[in-house]
Amino acid sequence: MSSARSITALDPGRSVVEQLRERVAAMERRPAAQPVATLPVLADLVPLQAGSTYAVDSASLALALVAGASRAGEWVGFAGCADFGVEAAAELGVELSRTVLVPDPGEHWLEVTAALVDVLRVVVLRPPASVSERTAGLLESRLRTRSSVLVVQGDWPRAEARLSVERSVWTGLASGTGQLEERRARVVVRRGARAPQHADLAWPGAARIEAREVERVREIRASG
Amino acid sequence: MVVWCPDWSVVAALEEAEGSLRSPAAVLHANLVEVCNGPARAEGVRRGQRRRDAQARCPELVLLPANPDRDARAFERVLGIIEDLRPGVAALRPGLLAVRAPGSWYGTETAAAATACQALVDGGVWDVRVGIADDLFTAEQAARTAEVQSWVVVDEGGSPAFLRRLPVHVLQDDGPRGRELVGLLQRLGLRTLGDLADLPGDAVEHRLGTYGASVRRRARGEERALFAARTPPPELDADVVFEPPLDSVEAITFSSRTTAERFVTQLAHHQLVATGVRVEAEADGVVCSSRTWLHPRHFSARDLVDRVHWQLQSAGSTSGAASALRARKETGAVRAPIERVRFVPEVVEPAAAHGEALWGSASDDLVERGVARVQGMVGFDAVRRPVLQGGRSPAARQALVPWGERAVDLRPVDRPWPGRVPGPAPVRVFAAPPPGRGRRRRGTRGAGHRPRCGDG
Repeated sequence: MSSARSITALDPGRSVVEQLRERVAAMERRPAAQPVATLPVLADLVPLQAGSTYAVDSASLALALVAGASRAGEWVGFAGCADFGVEAAAELGVELSRTVLVPDPGEHWLEVTAALVDVLRVVVLRPPASVSERTAGLLESRLRTRSSVLVVQGDWPRAEARLSVERSVWTGLASGTGQLEERRARVVVRRGARAPQHADLAWPGAARIEAREVERVREIRASG
Repeated sequence: MVVWCPDWSVVAALEEAEGSLRSPAAVLHANLVEVCNGPARAEGVRRGQRRRDAQARCPELVLLPANPDRDARAFERVLGIIEDLRPGVAALRPGLLAVRAPGSWYGTETAAAATACQALVDGGVWDVRVGIADDLFTAEQAARTAEVQSWVVVDEGGSPAFLRRLPVHVLQDDGPRGRELVGLLQRLGLRTLGDLADLPGDAVEHRLGTYGASVRRRARGEERALFAARTPPPELDADVVFEPPLDSVEAITFSSRTTAERFVTQLAHHQLVATGVRVEAEADGVVCSSRTWLHPRHFSARDLVDRVHWQLQSAGSTSGAASALRARKETGAVRAPIERVRFVPEVVEPAAAHGEALWGSASDDLVERGVARVQGMVGFDAVRRPVLQGGRSPAARQALVPWGERAVDLRPVDRPWPGRVPGPAPVRVFAAPPPGRGRRRRGTRGAGHRPRCGDG
């Protein structure tokens, strides 16, 4: 076997023994109960849990959900994303050497996703047009026995949380001059019957915008 | 008991090169003679000579390249022959093996040595010498003093007396440290191992270091060095016998559950897991169904039981359309009553390679295996690895390399690339421009003709 193992960094602020004890406890429980590393800006909105499915409606959100786990040393995979933007992924911190792409799984998308879920920590899937409740159930039962996360870009019958971009604005373009600089978007997280949560994110880098700056975005929108 | 095959490197190399054992030959490493055989020694070839000197002494010398792997591989056969006589064989190095003397079984130690010699000569190994003594060092020296296909037995407690009269240059075979020590001892005027053994212990340790002290202990016959015998590969098969034979798949599956559990537990006992298992089913004393199943991770008892079910069910319904028309009651029946189901591990791997790591995620090996499975489903080049490269447009700045291939002909990233598309990198990059969706206005081109930034 290769001894190359990715090592997750421990939080230096807490005692090492305590953190290791937590990890051991997490391993002894069923795999689904483990938390999966998430980007700090998304950690309070959608803390990823192994064994769950998350639905997103845009490629940048899918990439932002994956980036945290990849930065923490996990393997990630993308199925059905033929238009994967490598540079954007690298900018967000996705480790390309630990990324598996299946750009066009075709009719085998379910088998391919199931096989990827077996070995990778986070799998992004862009499913074909319609997915039946039963097919989703098959994949979810596989997810529960493995400690993986499925991020679906598109419609999915059941999801732990749904993330969508409510409105988005680009800065940097004037009339006839300038270039795209930054994109700001309001992201809505809906989970179950809970009230939807909102967050304002800015790309590149998926950074959180404070409320004060949101006002500025509004002004830009009003003026533009 | 120590079995010594002198000049094993030469024997192994000549065997591979199909040369005659009687011709003078030498194995060279870094242009120096490492090992030479008897005929070559008779011509004056010595260890440590340069290639040209050796050829000058003996023009017909066969020169062979050094290859420790070849020596070890060839010696495996000798180990097997001795292991047939008695388990617990330790290979000290290619050409030298140790085994606890099977004296009481063969009557006397002499008889045991004779049996070992006979077995090896029958197996095609001509130059064999056997030494039997209390400790490993004495036995090795005894083997070195023995004649071809003969043996020397040192009586119990006779080691110090036997070693006393040996000259110190026997230590030359103990590697470079030994050669250095021999030179030093000869300059000190110590000619035999007995001279060294007579010196006070702490003085030897001060002057000659730990290695010298250990040689002194060996020379006094005090060091009872034990060897770690290799364990013969364990028997890991598991089978279940049905009496009377069963003819229903359900019953067979149910009955093989405990055996499957035992199979997995005994593998786990050796800290192994099976990733490939052959399931054999016997009917009327012949194997009627045998199939190798591979698992992306490793087999648990439940997986094995499933495999038995699938295998026997498919074997029972090979008659195709006819079986589909059979009554529901019959579909679970197999063609002949099965009397035995056997699990044979084909591929076993250390369990550590499959465990969840405490300090990180699963090992990369596991990922490789999983990806290989996906490649089996959708084709070799359908699985890609993203890499960055230099270029101007977003599509030119990336490449998707087939998994398992090395990226070649990539443009360097660290060049300036004047004229590259500025701004944040797009999350979606299209290989071919998608059809434009925007309304066409006078004087503008469709928006779809440049890589779109953002997402939709």
